[in-house]
Amino acid sequence: MRIALFVTCLGDAMFPGVNRATVTVLERLGHTVVFPADQTCCGQMHLNTGYAREALPLVRHHVETFEAALQTCDAIVAPSGSCVASVRHQHASAARDVGANALAGRAEAVGACTYELSELLVDVLGVTDVGAYYPHRVTYHPTCHSLRLLHVNDKPLRLLRAVRGLDLVELPAAESCCGFGGTFAIKNPDVSTAMLADKMSHVMSTGAEVCTAGDSSCLMHIGGGLSRLRAGVRAVHLAEILAATEVATGPTGGALTP
Amino acid sequence: MTKTFLGYPTTFLGNASGVSYAPPGVGRLRGDETFPRAARTALANGQLRRNLGAATATIRAKRAAVVSELPDWEQLRDAGAAIKTDVMARLPELLTQLETNVIAHGGQVHWARDAAEANRIVVDLVRATGATEVVKVKSMVTQEIGLNDALEAAGIAPTETDLAELIVQLGHDRPSHILVPAIHRNRAEIRDIFTREMSDAPADLTDDPRHLAMTARAHLRRKFLAATVGISGANFAIAETGTLAVVESEGNGRMCLTLPQTLITVMGIEKVLPTWRDLEVFLQLLPRSSTGERMNPYTSMWTGVTPGDGPQQFHLVLLDNGRTAALSDDVGRAALHCIRCSACLNVCPIYERTGGVAYGSVYPGPIGAILSPQLTGMGGHHDPNASLPFASTLCGACYEVCPVKIDIPSILVHLRNRAVDQSRRRPGGQLMAMKFVGWVMRSPRRFALAERLTRVGRLLAVRGRIRALPWPGSAWTSSRDLPAPPAKTFREWWLEERGHDSHDSHDGSDR
Repeated sequence: MRIALFVTCLGDAMFPGVNRATVTVLERLGHTVVFPADQTCCGQMHLNTGYAREALPLVRHHVETFEAALQTCDAIVAPSGSCVASVRHQHASAARDVGANALAGRAEAVGACTYELSELLVDVLGVTDVGAYYPHRVTYHPTCHSLRLLHVNDKPLRLLRAVRGLDLVELPAAESCCGFGGTFAIKNPDVSTAMLADKMSHVMSTGAEVCTAGDSSCLMHIGGGLSRLRAGVRAVHLAEILAATEVATGPTGGALTP
Repeated sequence: MTKTFLGYPTTFLGNASGVSYAPPGVGRLRGDETFPRAARTALANGQLRRNLGAATATIRAKRAAVVSELPDWEQLRDAGAAIKTDVMARLPELLTQLETNVIAHGGQVHWARDAAEANRIVVDLVRATGATEVVKVKSMVTQEIGLNDALEAAGIAPTETDLAELIVQLGHDRPSHILVPAIHRNRAEIRDIFTREMSDAPADLTDDPRHLAMTARAHLRRKFLAATVGISGANFAIAETGTLAVVESEGNGRMCLTLPQTLITVMGIEKVLPTWRDLEVFLQLLPRSSTGERMNPYTSMWTGVTPGDGPQQFHLVLLDNGRTAALSDDVGRAALHCIRCSACLNVCPIYERTGGVAYGSVYPGPIGAILSPQLTGMGGHHDPNASLPFASTLCGACYEVCPVKIDIPSILVHLRNRAVDQSRRRPGGQLMAMKFVGWVMRSPRRFALAERLTRVGRLLAVRGRIRALPWPGSAWTSSRDLPAPPAKTFREWWLEERGHDSHDSHDGSDR
């Protein structure tokens, strides 16, 4: 299968390792990965902060870029639940709100082919064992948009259970939001931190050395808090765990670092 | 007919151009501080956090258990949403029908444009009876309009008879939850309040829950038997029959609704339901969502007055107070579907940490964040209510549990757009920043350049981590490290490693 990689603006600028890991996993499974170099940002931050007017050119740009990619690709993947949710659930309605009905239709077509990584692997490619090896104690935080907008449910857990050497421990109150929330983390820093404190104490109560999730943004928040506390727990994206093998535990030793 | 009739509802219904909001200065729909500031104060209270965390966890588990018993729960939610959508589409007609039927059964109907008008109507009605004390059923709408303040100013002493509402009243406190207004208090605090404020509390009062409840019961029993006027809100009003309904747990409502000679019910106009049969849906949805019970212990319904039985004077006050303003927003109006169950509060990770007082309005939590700003309007970024739509991570837990399927996250985003659009008249730093970022992001070339500029952040990093940034980045680094920007972005890595795959990349021209 030819798969277009939607790296997300945050993933491109701050977490290229997560995207390299996504490439590694998909190529190991025998697929061809394509990087549409025109891509920038899906506009989620603008859409969710009340700047629909500023978001519309970004939506249009995203649709044009990935519409072109779909001429030669079968699917689009992003290692981010919230960006995929924005593309799939917000783009068309944002276009329709300003009467751009043609764009809305095109956005729907792009959205229908866009998958979060665990969805692509489990639903489209039909694999749960991607041949990974990761000998660490890991707990999984289901990010809100992957859970409640995409309904990825237990797909990430099925992928993690198939990783050799991995000791998966259940996270208490897993479905409670970590407190990131995009611009919420800046606009309401105190509440965001209070939510983070509870999430971190749950993570630490598991005795896990790694907290994983499907969104770099939420992991940047959780990992940033854990790092500040010198908690000794790393935040690692699901893609990086799935990319790790006996031969190479990943370019960064498995931590969510550049 | 109704002497205090204030005019046909068309004077304030269906009048989208002259939107009239709930007036400032009366009632409690707006706090004094923006949400981030008020939340900071609330978060500093460790006891509050502990009380709220324990209480919301208990009630979440109860709700989840009883909801899972119903195989047709999702269909019930759909039915609830459909009935409410229908109600909003023909509100004037249903309200007129309700008025006709209440009057036909011996009640009187009064129309109140806003909180001030409603308070004046109720005070006048109580004065006309000569009463100086009234007993009250727990009601959100009378909290909304600040009725107790108005009564006290007129020399009339109101007594809240719901246990939790009584605790709030005696504690000179503010309700922090729609259903459990004293959720922020634990039993030791309640004992202190009773000992201090309740003249007939026993000297040896302990913090044993039963002892506390029995003390309140004895105190309230004397009030019920002496009162000649009762004041209530309404959970539902049936247009086809003129019937009002109140659901409750403690029996205090039944006392207030049946013992006094005069009953005054204040009701938001959105509470009307078309037919008796619609109760079938809502009496299943409400208790399970609200208290986590299969059915609430007391359901009281009355239609006008019944000679020789119950109150012989019945007044229904229909309140707008910004509701038609909400109705005129075709996205936001779904907030009026709310049946005040408070399920969204109990699952909200923000509410769970801050409690209700931080929201300023008597309607806290996710529903409050979409309802209060629509009732009052948003007056620029210093307005506390303009900060409420941003008091959410958009995690979606509220939408999942809402019994009438109000898409709260989408309405929050819609109201964020309204708040931002208001600020466009006087553009500030945030608008300019978002415009600039948007301009950068819509060009691959500018975006790549910006990524390279971000790399100066590496200079701020120690061992790969940035621990402090100047404002506004300090809002992040006050509690979180930030990874140093990478030496190479993904696109740079791809170009180096796979750059020869020209068919895989499009030209990066600026558009």
